[in-house]
Amino acid sequence: MNQGLSDPRSSISGSAVRRGDQIFRLITVGSGILILALMTSIGIFLTWKAIPSFSHNSSNFFTESKWFPDQSTPIFGIAALAFGTFVAALIAMILAVPTGIGTALFITYYAPKKIAGAMAFFIDLLAAVPSIIFGLWGLQFLMPHMQGVAAWLDRYLGFIPIFQNRSDLYTKSLLIAGVVLAIMILPTISAISREVFNQVPRNHVEAALALGATRWEMVRMAVLPFGRPGIISASMLGLGRALGETIAVALILSAVFEVNIHISEPGGNTFAANIALKWNEAGPNGLSALIASGLVLFLITLAVNSIARGIIARRKDFSGA
Amino acid sequence: MAKRIDVNNLNAYYGTFRAVADVSLTIEPRSVTAFIGPSGCGKSTVLRSLNRMHEVIPGARIEGSVALDGEDIYGDGVDPVNVRRTIGMVFQRPNPFPTMSIQENVLAGIKLDSGRKSKDELSEIVERSLRGANLWNEVKDRLDRPGAGLSGGQQQRLCIARAIAVQPDVLLMDEPCSALDPISTIAIEDLIHELKNEYTIVIVTHNMQQAARVSSSTAFFNLAATGEPGRLVEINPTDQVFSAPREKATEDYISGRFG
Repeated sequence: MNQGLSDPRSSISGSAVRRGDQIFRLITVGSGILILALMTSIGIFLTWKAIPSFSHNSSNFFTESKWFPDQSTPIFGIAALAFGTFVAALIAMILAVPTGIGTALFITYYAPKKIAGAMAFFIDLLAAVPSIIFGLWGLQFLMPHMQGVAAWLDRYLGFIPIFQNRSDLYTKSLLIAGVVLAIMILPTISAISREVFNQVPRNHVEAALALGATRWEMVRMAVLPFGRPGIISASMLGLGRALGETIAVALILSAVFEVNIHISEPGGNTFAANIALKWNEAGPNGLSALIASGLVLFLITLAVNSIARGIIARRKDFSGA
Repeated sequence: MAKRIDVNNLNAYYGTFRAVADVSLTIEPRSVTAFIGPSGCGKSTVLRSLNRMHEVIPGARIEGSVALDGEDIYGDGVDPVNVRRTIGMVFQRPNPFPTMSIQENVLAGIKLDSGRKSKDELSEIVERSLRGANLWNEVKDRLDRPGAGLSGGQQQRLCIARAIAVQPDVLLMDEPCSALDPISTIAIEDLIHELKNEYTIVIVTHNMQQAARVSSSTAFFNLAATGEPGRLVEINPTDQVFSAPREKATEDYISGRFG
């Protein structure tokens, strides 16, 4: 150190070892590799464990709805699971994305400061409520109260097949599971959107206002376009949770292995709920089949995220970043 | 369409803090009026009071009146949104909308007017506004590219094009050149010379040479001490302010003895 100071040339030539930088680099590179390694090993594990069931299936894994992997001639497939997962997640997204964005906008640009702070706090709190609580609440409270809504949909919108109910039973349906999922992912979407809306530069907001934009026009002109990538990311995180949510859905749905487009009728099933419900009673081939369905869920989630990234990247020049 | 502005006994507050006290002045149509003064003297606050942009800051409000051709813009039943549509503003830092193309930026204010316009009308407005802002020749081949991809000076001229696209009565400029290089500054100053034939222009500037170059009237603002409100010291023809100011404080400031 002293030598370096007395000889000015040595301070710019030669390669000084900067320990801090090296350690930092090691940690960051290591973490990056670790994530990739984890993802790959999960993928490999699922594939490896799933393969045996594929060779012991007398039906088509993708188009079969039934799930009897442990009988002497195994018949099982993911059609009903994929349908249920997709429908429940779609209902959740339709309800939660607009509501989440709306709440976030209210907190950031409409509400008085005190109310905004309190609301933000409660939404963060809601995000931390465990799934099982949502499941119990959905089962015990929401389900009885949703019957009227489902019956109303059946009576007045029943000409649309998805709202038609042929059973006069309005409980334990994909509709209710979707609503519970919506409530679960709402805080995630809202909290992330709020963070993004808070980062909209003040001078863009003022630019819009100075042009004579009303508050809503300002939001449309400056806030939403700037927040678009963040809204997409928030929605994808929400969708990820909706696709993978297990226990709340398992509590609510009465597992039925059929593709039923009448969403307010009892029945339906999802990948995650099915794995949780069937795991303990599954034989060797059953376990392998469940893992195979897990692999599909894993791939769907990857695909959803890749598509979202693609959407965000498409207008990169205009991102404002 | 250029209009006259009468400010009468304006007091501007941020919460309980009075930032500007008792400002009264008149701004003539088709002229350039420069606001000069040290930092914190309230010149930007006064400027932002002229199109009701002061009040968009939480807790900010004003007392007094600002009349546009005799009509009080703070009067009962006056919608600030309409005020801002007739009084355009250009900010210190160029702020084109990053998610919009050059063309969309120019049309941003037009799109707020509910009346539908045909494609031809819109492209005519784009060309007229960009020509008005001396930017047309530089961007006419890339109107669909992002506005944020332009240089700082070009971005500022884009913001001017955006402001004049709606043909406002008044154009307010809050230190429009302070983030720009000298060449871009000259481009903006030339533009101000042309724009004053059609608009009433008020410009806040820290650059006294700029005030001397572009304005016909100059208002000097000052504050007694930090924490005291800013006050208008004098407003007079620019020649007079820079050669024979009426007040001692103005002379001290323009000759560089303080501030």
